[in-house]
Amino acid sequence: MNRKKIKHITKYRLFWPIVCLILVLLFNLIKTPTFFKVSINSNGVLYGYIIDIINRSSELIILAVGMTLCVASSAGTDISVGATMAVAGAVCCSILGSGEAYNAPYFVGILGALLVAVLCGAWNGFLVAKLKIQPMVATLILFTAGRGIAQLITGGNILYIKVDNFKYLGSTLPHVPVPTPIFVAIGVVILTYLLLKKTALNMYIQSVGINSKASRLLGLNSTLIIFLTYMFCGLCAGIAGVIATSRIYSIDANNVGLNLELDAILAVALGGNSLGGGKFSLAGSVIGAITIQALSTSLYAMGVSADQLPVYKAVVVILIVTLQSPEFKKFVNHQKQKRVEKIGEKVA
Amino acid sequence: MNIAKKTKEKLDGNNFLLMITILLFFALYLAGMFAFHEKGFGKPQVFLNLFISNAGLLIAAAGMTMVLITGGIDISIGSVIGMTCMLLAWMMEKKGISAGASIVIVLIVGTVFGLVQGFLIAYLKIQPFIVTLAGMFFARGMTAIISKDMITITNETFLRMAGEKINFNFITTYNKKGMAIHPYIYVSVIIAIIVFILIFLFLKYTKFGRSIYAVGGNEQSALLMGLNVRRIKLRVYVMNGFLAALAGFVFCLNSSGGFVEQARGFEMEAIASSVIGGTLLTGGVGNVIGSLFGVLIKGTIESIITFQGTLSSWWTKIAIAALLCFFIVMQSLFAAVKKKK
Repeated sequence: MNRKKIKHITKYRLFWPIVCLILVLLFNLIKTPTFFKVSINSNGVLYGYIIDIINRSSELIILAVGMTLCVASSAGTDISVGATMAVAGAVCCSILGSGEAYNAPYFVGILGALLVAVLCGAWNGFLVAKLKIQPMVATLILFTAGRGIAQLITGGNILYIKVDNFKYLGSTLPHVPVPTPIFVAIGVVILTYLLLKKTALNMYIQSVGINSKASRLLGLNSTLIIFLTYMFCGLCAGIAGVIATSRIYSIDANNVGLNLELDAILAVALGGNSLGGGKFSLAGSVIGAITIQALSTSLYAMGVSADQLPVYKAVVVILIVTLQSPEFKKFVNHQKQKRVEKIGEKVA
Repeated sequence: MNIAKKTKEKLDGNNFLLMITILLFFALYLAGMFAFHEKGFGKPQVFLNLFISNAGLLIAAAGMTMVLITGGIDISIGSVIGMTCMLLAWMMEKKGISAGASIVIVLIVGTVFGLVQGFLIAYLKIQPFIVTLAGMFFARGMTAIISKDMITITNETFLRMAGEKINFNFITTYNKKGMAIHPYIYVSVIIAIIVFILIFLFLKYTKFGRSIYAVGGNEQSALLMGLNVRRIKLRVYVMNGFLAALAGFVFCLNSSGGFVEQARGFEMEAIASSVIGGTLLTGGVGNVIGSLFGVLIKGTIESIITFQGTLSSWWTKIAIAALLCFFIVMQSLFAAVKKKK
């Protein structure tokens, strides 16, 4: 009975992602006993390891949400999100200008950035859904060109924004103790969740991801659904780009969101989502994103430098995907069976 | 009639794309020659420079083509090249290991790297993208662990190897401008070209080479045909690891040093070259000759932008992306037409 219960729990989709996250957090707790301590600093802002992790993972969470839908609907990854972030940031900064006051109202800058990001997503979506190009290849185009375009927009310079309230989005609003990116990330996750649950979109995306031909025969417009997921992924990248720009209140087209597309894909994979499309779990991706950031933060705390960090990330990723791989599970089951047989022989 | 039909068949689809690639290269090059004639674009040396500055990319693209033909992908090669350069520099400068031994060690490291990735991909059936993504992180991080600072190679044997010019004495007449100058290439180009020819022959004429196409075309059919799909995939990744290390060595001959950010984004250049050269990312179709022209086109665009002088470097990225886009769209259109037939 008990064993059955355990089996039931381990079969639960989010079991392994959560276990990973808990392991990372536990490891941290042993290393730094003050890990879960949250206090308020002199500016009236909450701080502590946990807050830092969630704050820093905001962009990644937003990207992972968009990426999850892309992966689910088209069985492919959008590798252009990092470049799209740079483009969005560049548009935002060039609209607002680097003077003492904004050249255009604040929301115009943000809207412009998001619009361009959606256009980037629509371009990817057009290539993937309409022209039926492999997602990785289709997004490779923007991946290659994106930073070039961003530099074209900024004229190759690093643009600084001097107006103070531009920083609010990336740091904290006055008199609010929680960093703003956290709110944005939570907002994006909740809105997406509602959008998926309250409409049939959830089902549609999964069905298109599992078998797009069959879905089309069923009467679903698979092309449109895949197109929409890519557009949405572009939008998410745009939001993340604006936050990242606001964090450093400047745009450096070469470095904003660098390698973040890889982290986003990892977050999706760590969340227990199959990269082969079909069924997906938004919560899994969010947990995956937090796990990655927790891992990074804890390694930084241990004195690993930013350059060396990828080694540990890679080892963890390989361990996790190996554990999740069906072949490995088959192998383990086979070994188990062998042992049972041996015991059986002994008893006999 | 029969011949006409045959040629038409031959020109179909992918061969046609290859033709476009080759024509495009000549068109671009001729355009460059016309536009920058007085600046000396037409000199043989400019053409040879395409090979000199892209020797590493040539080898990497050949390996990448092979991996793409199996239907996989390897995005770790840029990092492996960076790691190779750093390891070479570190072994020769900090540990005093001889140049020859260092090169052998580096090649072994690359091969083992490929072996591990290949095992995970072929035997544990983890997606190539994820495995090589982790490989990319790992190699880049290892580079930083070996040394965070730039190491410049001062090893004499290595520098002699890197600086060894091979002159083409017979083309002097073309190149007179006051003094007689011979166009030249470096050893790295020779290595790259030999590797290229070997891989071309290997893919075209060996049993294993053909089975790579079979696996990429349809894995299930290949399996039913009696091919050991797993072992073939493993071997391809091992070979690719070796080639990545070799590309790193050649790259190092050009740069004579190692630093953490070296060859970042190189894998995408290799993939772009292969795709421009007509390799399908769905697997089963591809040709190293196409990749050669893919690399040359990329080099030509770069040198046109350098010759032009006023265009900023990011135009290279945009131009390559535009080309990539063109070829990818063409490929998909051809695929659609084929399906309709």
